Amino acid sequence: MSLAVMGGADYMRDPRKHHFHPYADNGGTSVAIAGDDFVMIASDTRLTRGFNILSRDQGKVLGLTPKTMMASSGCWADVLTLKKVLNARLTMYSHEHHDVMSTTAVAQLLSTMLYWRRFFPYYVSNILAGIDEEGKGVVYHYDPVGHMEKLAFSATGASVAQIQPLLDNQIGALNMKDATPPTITKELARQLIHDAFVSAAERDINTGDGILIHTITKDGRTDEKVKLRRD
Amino acid sequence: MEGMDEITDKKDNTSNPFQLYMPLLPKSECQVGEFLVDENGRKLRLNFAHGTTTLGFKFKGGVIMAVDSRATSGQYIGSQNVKKIIEINPYLLGTMAGGAADCTYWERVLARECRLYELRNRERISVAAASKLLANMVYQYKGYGLSMGVMISGWDKKGPGLYYVDSDGNRMAGNVFSVGSGSINAYGVMDTGYSWDLTDTQARELGRKAIYHATHRDAYSGGIVRVYQITKEGWTKISEEDSKNLHYQYEEEKKKKKPTTTSS
Repeated sequence: MSLAVMGGADYMRDPRKHHFHPYADNGGTSVAIAGDDFVMIASDTRLTRGFNILSRDQGKVLGLTPKTMMASSGCWADVLTLKKVLNARLTMYSHEHHDVMSTTAVAQLLSTMLYWRRFFPYYVSNILAGIDEEGKGVVYHYDPVGHMEKLAFSATGASVAQIQPLLDNQIGALNMKDATPPTITKELARQLIHDAFVSAAERDINTGDGILIHTITKDGRTDEKVKLRRD
Repeated sequence: MEGMDEITDKKDNTSNPFQLYMPLLPKSECQVGEFLVDENGRKLRLNFAHGTTTLGFKFKGGVIMAVDSRATSGQYIGSQNVKKIIEINPYLLGTMAGGAADCTYWERVLARECRLYELRNRERISVAAASKLLANMVYQYKGYGLSMGVMISGWDKKGPGLYYVDSDGNRMAGNVFSVGSGSINAYGVMDTGYSWDLTDTQARELGRKAIYHATHRDAYSGGIVRVYQITKEGWTKISEEDSKNLHYQYEEEKKKKKPTTTSS
């Protein structure tokens, strides 16, 4: 009986192609809504791998400057790397210019940095929220390789297909006869974000446990934690 | 700190746009792009604006460029408001089809190169030269998976210019082009109505109508129909209209025409 039939040592088998799997999908959902003089950005606090929950307390919104925050989800390893490199760039900028980078400049920098990895992408969905040079709230949405779009509101990550249509309807008032989009107040934005995540947690296994809601104005930042279903 | 040499050595595209990161993997083990799946084998959704309709044509009044505004990743509509006409400078326009990030990044680099050309030569770059700069840039990356099919148009010493450039390395001049999944539909409308001697109004309407019909029949196209025109004064934005409103407008025109065709 030959070794091959009995199983045999690994190196004695037929040549096999090995694949390189550098990416994991760790879930996570983020939402941002801009107002006239504020911007609200939130993410859930669940981190998953397949059907395993790795953490129930991992927020995905990173503070970049006093006026800018970024929500990042997808492959958590890539999120951490991107955060590290972006923060280093912002530090270098503030040392060179003796000033904090503007939200618009951070937005373009992030796009360029994502495209740098065009041939080995960061597996991340990003939303950038901040206060611009005129004091207005702005939201930027990114694809993994740096296509960028400026918006008034946006969702990204695991539950994007659940949340984005809700925001389109409630904030954008899209495709409705005689409907006028509402004025976005902090109260309305908070309520919408809360409802959006509650709905997403009900139907998406990758979203749940809690929400971290951050509000940025020209005067500073406030953070709030809300609980979600933990099942 | 570990990994920080990436930044301090400036081996990145913030100082030189052509210095992109290349994966340090043997090609036999892993073709570029083959690892773009997660551990469950799901493909990464990178090509954000794959479905598209864009068109451009030259006529006696200059160049018309018209596009839709939908961006899809798989079945999901990522955006209905994409600006698929990129304003390179007041005399040059570029369109966007294929990978959205590829098009915006490389046309931004092109805008930089065109500005440098102006500063060095004290005159504007020709459409032929600009399109060739882009074609040469993307040809460097042939086989690496860039995905773009763009039209570069503008006005130079020779008059109106229109070129098609794609990531395979093709570059050609022409009078009528359409690119994207809805191009078959757009060509159908455009070819029936096209003539060199169109008036400005007729030409703009032809571009608008061709894109509208593409948004109607191609599920990957939709959103807003944007129309631009280029004359010797540079480009002007003609219209940006929701394809939903155009649908009712054309439906109304069809109803008005019907009695005359049946009675004659």
